[in-house]
Amino acid sequence: MDHPKTVKILKFHAEKCKGCLECEKACSQVHFKTKDGGEKSAIRIKKADKKYTMHVCDQRGLCLDMCPVGALTRKKNGVVWLEKELCIGCQACVGFCPISAMRKSDARIEPFKCISCGSCVRVCPEKALELIEIQIADITQVVHYRLGA
Amino acid sequence: MVEGQIAIEEYRTGITKHHWDLKKIQSAHKVLASYLYKKGEVNRGYANRTLYVNLSTGIIQEKPVTDDMKKKFTGGRGFGLKLLWDSIKPTTRWNSEENELLITTGPLCGTTQYAGSGKSLCLSISPSTNIICDCNVGGFFGPYLKFAGFDALELQGKAREDVVVVIDGEKGIVSIEAAPLEEINTHLLSEQLTQMYATENTDKSRQKVSIVSSGLAAQHSYWGCLNFSFYDIRRKVPRIKQAGRGGLGTVLRDKKIKALVVKVGRFDGVSNHPADPITLAKVGIKLHREIRNLDRYQCNMRAVGTGHLVEIMDAYDLLPTENYRFGSFPKASKIYSPKFYELFTKIIPDGCWHGCTMACAKTVDGYTVMTGPYKGEKVTVDGPEYETIGACSNMSIWDPLWILEFNFYCDTYGIDTISAGTAIAFYMEMYEYGILNKERCSGLELCFGNADAALELLHRIAQGDTSEFIQVAARGARRVKDWIIQKNWGEKQLVEDTGMESKGLEFSEYVTKESLAMQGGYGLTLKGPQHDEAWLIFMDMVNNAIPTFQMKAEALHYYPMWRTWFGLNGLCKLPWNDIEPANNAETAEPSKVPEHVQNYVEYQNAMTGWNVTKEDLILQSERCYNWQRAMNVWMGRGQRKDDWIPFRAMGPVTEMEYLSRKERYDTQLLEKLRKSPKDVEKMTVREKLTILYEFRRGQYNKLADAVYYRRGWTPNGIPTPQKMRQLGFTDKKMLKMLQDKIDADEKNGLNLWGGTYAKEEQPPSNQKRYWETWK
Repeated sequence: MDHPKTVKILKFHAEKCKGCLECEKACSQVHFKTKDGGEKSAIRIKKADKKYTMHVCDQRGLCLDMCPVGALTRKKNGVVWLEKELCIGCQACVGFCPISAMRKSDARIEPFKCISCGSCVRVCPEKALELIEIQIADITQVVHYRLGA
Repeated sequence: MVEGQIAIEEYRTGITKHHWDLKKIQSAHKVLASYLYKKGEVNRGYANRTLYVNLSTGIIQEKPVTDDMKKKFTGGRGFGLKLLWDSIKPTTRWNSEENELLITTGPLCGTTQYAGSGKSLCLSISPSTNIICDCNVGGFFGPYLKFAGFDALELQGKAREDVVVVIDGEKGIVSIEAAPLEEINTHLLSEQLTQMYATENTDKSRQKVSIVSSGLAAQHSYWGCLNFSFYDIRRKVPRIKQAGRGGLGTVLRDKKIKALVVKVGRFDGVSNHPADPITLAKVGIKLHREIRNLDRYQCNMRAVGTGHLVEIMDAYDLLPTENYRFGSFPKASKIYSPKFYELFTKIIPDGCWHGCTMACAKTVDGYTVMTGPYKGEKVTVDGPEYETIGACSNMSIWDPLWILEFNFYCDTYGIDTISAGTAIAFYMEMYEYGILNKERCSGLELCFGNADAALELLHRIAQGDTSEFIQVAARGARRVKDWIIQKNWGEKQLVEDTGMESKGLEFSEYVTKESLAMQGGYGLTLKGPQHDEAWLIFMDMVNNAIPTFQMKAEALHYYPMWRTWFGLNGLCKLPWNDIEPANNAETAEPSKVPEHVQNYVEYQNAMTGWNVTKEDLILQSERCYNWQRAMNVWMGRGQRKDDWIPFRAMGPVTEMEYLSRKERYDTQLLEKLRKSPKDVEKMTVREKLTILYEFRRGQYNKLADAVYYRRGWTPNGIPTPQKMRQLGFTDKKMLKMLQDKIDADEKNGLNLWGGTYAKEEQPPSNQKRYWETWK
């Protein structure tokens, strides 16, 4: 089987960000058809020490092996994708994401995550967001827990 | 060894593929009875009806679940007790026509967000004990049964030919089908039926089918277990969990049921329709994170399952070795969890229900079978869990591969690894003493460590061997005790003291000699000596946290009630205390894991919309616990004499055991029995044993006194009508039965404390018939 070698992930230019949160609004529009942003957005911009930080999935896919029903797969374009129709809402991926980038909104039982669609990139007035292509081999890690590790 | 991040469809396990003519097997089916039902939605955790199937008459019908039933019995095992009470008689035995096999769910069963929420609770009158046996088991059957529309499945009567009972939750049809051509042993049968009943030829479709089956040995022994399947989309094989104890698989086969099949269509994370799904998900995610962060530093369940206990038990002299003679062994490190970790295939998720991130269901793939009818076949072995490893150490089997072999055949033959292992260990000890020998054992050399002979015994049971020993041996330790005594082959006391059963059920795998509270945890139980009511060894023996009888009695009230609660709700106990919050040790009562208790309060409220407190959870259990005890009384059991345990569970039986831990026992003679060093030096080992024997038996009786009093029972262990009324029961038949029994006990002088109390000691109450003043 052909496996994707590369994937696009978000890169954040913190120095450009002014905290308008247009990206979050655009993201919640993609996932929940609302401009609420916040907990309905897969990308989160937070202010810490007068600097903005971005918190979002980096497509490394440690969640893939957590899904009991195979609802999480790596698509042909390399993006880690949650198939809502198959998801049984167990939240294992949410609980086990090492960077808490698999999110759960109160709006529905199935989690959601960044799909590298670029909506946030397009709406950012400061061009603080960018989609960059990286090698999957560089980011994946063995998921199972090694005894004594 | 499979690493992570391999696409699901690319996993390869290397197990032997089977090619069956499934069309031929299916076309041999004949529908004997069928029933169309209207599918309904589960609401706040309840399907609000149960399913009754009579194999003798072909009657299939629904029964409503009333609010009163929910209030008094909560669900799961509680519903099972209520349905049994309505259907059986005090004279019902395991193979009676009216005996039932129940599979129940519980209001929290089928939740996917909180780890350990997929348990089925099975009940029946057990062949081993002839009282109610309840078993808690994983696999997909329970959740699917509920999503198909039923809180419980009630099977009564016996079919005339081999059948499968099919619950098609997609179409809303229940049918009894004659099924002559399928295999009977589980690893083949569950695969056949999963393929036959999956709606489409895809793994995702097969994952929506669950099978309950047993095996060939179940029909020839009292150790029959029920295997509950859960299809693994990565390994592409139905895996299994066992309702092991008490011979429920024997009941299944006595009813001529080959298998139960349930299938469902689409379901999601809120198919239970919880009252407050948001809170439920929050509590669940909190636990997932805790498991992710802490399991590797605590129990390591995600890596090795319950097998992590082996090294701990060995270190504390608690690992049963050579029929519980010893609690540790020089060879034990050969079966420590790292040895099994090398064999397990690492494919997470390994939960037996969706969303269980505790993931303790470990598996060895591509294991090559060494003996018997499947010799040479490569199979997937589910386990071994701690209890199975302990059953093998009990037989002095120290090779991981032979443990896998024993595990595989017990599972596929439909035999409980615990009962079989514990009983065979007893036969082996009898063999060592010459009480049994090759001739008396139908040619089997059943000496300690002879794994080959142990496996041969299983094969011969499965074949239906009719020789005297195999027939008796397959009925377990109690029957073999009687058989040996009747043949006059050995000293009665030795046989009674060493055969590790109580109420007719074999012990599970912990050495309890040095923990009085744990002796109570095994003896003062409903169904017999198992580890799911109370596990107090560390609290009692290692930490000495419950030194008085009263404190032990409080623990033997609280923990059995608390653990019963899981079974009322369709939950697994492991995520309660096999993972603990980081600050648990600093809480007021670490052994109760207060934060997790609060999780369960929130969980049940979020599901049902109730407004319960942690005290209410205990009350829910107390109702069912007392009801089950009362039913045991109704069946002529459930009293002090039935709660007795063999002396091997209380202390050293043989001189060899005494000498192996001489320092410990000599110190006890000095400290606990206040003997002088001079006296101890002069005494023979036999004399020392006798003194210890009397002392420990006395302690056990005093413990029973304290526990019965705390539970609201008479000194003979009978639940009092006063207590039952306090719990909200008004059933006249039940209350009168209890009163009559207590009156009869009064006439027979049984309402007296069992312990002998010295001047400075007090029994739990000095008042005669103390319960009569209870309001």
